[in-house]
Amino acid sequence: MSIDIEQFHAVFFDESQEHLDDMEQLLMELNVDDPDLEQLNSIFRAAHSIKGGSGIFGFDALTGLTHVMENLLDKARKSTIKLDVSTVDLFLETVDLLKVILDAYKAQGELPEADIQTGIAALETALAASDGATTIASEPAPVVDEGFGFFDDDDDEPGAELSDAQPVSDSPGQTEPTAEQHASSPPSAEEDGFGFYDDDLALPVASDTAKPYGFYKPIEQIQADVKGAKDGSAPPPVVKKPGQKQPETTSRASKEASSIRVDTQKIDAMVNLVGELVITQSMLSMISEEVTGTVGQKLQTAIGELERNTREIQESAMSMRMLPINMTFNRFPRVVRDLSTKLGKKVNLVIEGGATEIDKSMIEKLVDPLTHLVRNSIDHGIEKTADRLAAGKNETGTVILRAEQKGGNIVISIIDDGAGLSRDRILAKARENNLPVNDEMPDKEVWKLIFQAGFSTAAEVTDVSGRGVGMDVVRRNIEAIGGRIDIDSKKGNGSAFSIQLPLTLAIVDGISVAIGDQIFVVPLVNIIESIQPSREQLKSIGNDTLLWIREQYWPLVAVHKMMEVDNAIDRPTEGIVVLLESSKRRYGILVDSLLGQQQVVIKSLEHHYKKVPGISGATIMGDGRVAMILDADSIAEQCRPIVEEEMLA
Amino acid sequence: MNTAEQTMANEQREYLSFVLSDEHYALDITCVKEIRGYEPVTKIANAPGFIKGVLNLRGDIVPIIDLRIKFNVGEAVYNEFTIVIMLSVFDRIVGIVVDGVSDVIRLTDDDVRPPPEFGVAFDSRYLQGLASVDDNMVILVNIESLISSEELGLFESQNDGGEM
Repeated sequence: MSIDIEQFHAVFFDESQEHLDDMEQLLMELNVDDPDLEQLNSIFRAAHSIKGGSGIFGFDALTGLTHVMENLLDKARKSTIKLDVSTVDLFLETVDLLKVILDAYKAQGELPEADIQTGIAALETALAASDGATTIASEPAPVVDEGFGFFDDDDDEPGAELSDAQPVSDSPGQTEPTAEQHASSPPSAEEDGFGFYDDDLALPVASDTAKPYGFYKPIEQIQADVKGAKDGSAPPPVVKKPGQKQPETTSRASKEASSIRVDTQKIDAMVNLVGELVITQSMLSMISEEVTGTVGQKLQTAIGELERNTREIQESAMSMRMLPINMTFNRFPRVVRDLSTKLGKKVNLVIEGGATEIDKSMIEKLVDPLTHLVRNSIDHGIEKTADRLAAGKNETGTVILRAEQKGGNIVISIIDDGAGLSRDRILAKARENNLPVNDEMPDKEVWKLIFQAGFSTAAEVTDVSGRGVGMDVVRRNIEAIGGRIDIDSKKGNGSAFSIQLPLTLAIVDGISVAIGDQIFVVPLVNIIESIQPSREQLKSIGNDTLLWIREQYWPLVAVHKMMEVDNAIDRPTEGIVVLLESSKRRYGILVDSLLGQQQVVIKSLEHHYKKVPGISGATIMGDGRVAMILDADSIAEQCRPIVEEEMLA
Repeated sequence: MNTAEQTMANEQREYLSFVLSDEHYALDITCVKEIRGYEPVTKIANAPGFIKGVLNLRGDIVPIIDLRIKFNVGEAVYNEFTIVIMLSVFDRIVGIVVDGVSDVIRLTDDDVRPPPEFGVAFDSRYLQGLASVDDNMVILVNIESLISSEELGLFESQNDGGEM
């Protein structure tokens, strides 16, 4: 065997990760009362593939655990055991454990041996219990290899793997056995008394989960009063969207057929190169304007063609980076389920607009802030069941996770119908932290306070949230990917956090302006209008200038001073004022002249240098020179003290 | 951290020697990405004077620093002979302006003597040693520690990441 088996490790890790994600999602979708055999089979296949693969590569911890899990799954799909919520919980726990093990193997770190033993023991207990309970079909149910999966099964013949490598997992033949199993499933469906799962009356389920399975730590918060306990612990919050199941499976099948796995670095490199191509192309078209005569005309026609092509290449290169935001959203049903069970709250998660596409790099960076916000909504936003009933609300709280495209932005909202933010508590806490506040502050300003570091108004600190680290990190994470976050909240009605993100991080529509001998790019989204001010519109207070326009005073920021540019126009009447709107305030900047509108590729300054105040990045102009992209938010922040004084004056 | 020192042993290592004013310096050639003529740069606001600005190196926005200004050596003039050495240090690209590039020199461990404590424009922290080449004294610069030093402030130190 001269083949270096390690070269397949990365593929195995990737595949296993995907299998585990699939398993998790399928388990979440699984209807315990009437499990869809196809789904059970998919879960089984996923477990089986991991087992086979890990066996070949000698990842014994994975093999051991998946083997027991597979046995239990096999019983479930053969309907020899009755699925209930606790079994699904057990499977989910196992999936989590498998992820930990997988990560450990990936990082070549230490295996959580104790957890593995506990996990196997828990599965075996469940297996044993099922053997005892179901007298009818208690034969040990050997794992019949039905030819699923990529890897040849238990025999672990390393050589066989290659010859047997047809990905038969989705072949039509495989539906045969499931059909047979289907025939045997009705009796079990009859004998169980569930069936109300989807309804609000979750009582039978509640009694079932009241048994201590021990997978969740008991928390103080589970209320003692019977009513609360009954409703509150009724677990699986109905997190799945009605009708989501079918399209999901079909779309996955079609996706599988037409996608390939590409290293993201390759795509990034390609996007980068295409950016270069666009610059080279615009250099060419500048030169071509100097060529005269018939040759010049021909050249310009050809370059016009080239321009169209490069733009198309650029668009398609960019689209390779775009992924549906479901990649992030998909994890939340699980988060909500676990958390609401833990907190004894009933929460219904609604996901909207999951197909909205967003830049891949943002998908990864959104996970943490979104998780935090969703947890916050459930922990602090949604009231305890008793409180909800007392407030005359439906006992099941709703959290909506929505993504939509609005103009050049993606807006992600996390909306809950909980208690809403408490203005009084936030103000009290702000005073405690010595922040400058007063009672007349508008709501929007008050809500913004929660983004201050060390700010938590949760009456009690739970292990879920409330330590006050977080919201400031959330804001910083979102600002780091060029987004901004706004809060809307109404006492008693709930809160809405909305995150505005740019469509892509890589390109911005901007106006290039000349300031002195330098060129700057102003993002189009920030620009309201540009004017040549007359003397009458200008007022100066101290050293600062205000501009009276549109029935209000606009502070005028001398960007050339901020950017230390020489030879720039200093008198507003001689230059042009561009009115900007940032998330924080509106103001005007003085520039020498407007040069033109164009799409520019954003290049990071931080990659080889560091962040520069007032600048969001740099770009390369048609002549190959570097131009800075102005950051409206950061400029507003830079001159905040002056602006504030002016407002008061 | 200092790869240059670790692997030096007795085998020969290559250094690129360059001139600042009338002093000869040399740096580990493995850090050098390329050498090019000086081109006008785009100024960066609020940067110290020795940071000339940034330029476009095939799609990367790269800062250019002038060591002559930083260490007060000679006169910072820019003409057709002014050279920029593009360095690749800790996955970052930084260009340094020098008066000229002279040669690639090979040195073994034995050729290198310890650096003097004073008398050189560079702080001895950034020096690797001295060597004589053709009767000229060449100062070996530990370019990695110089470029990443807090004194130059090119790299954002971890604790002020939340500034703004």
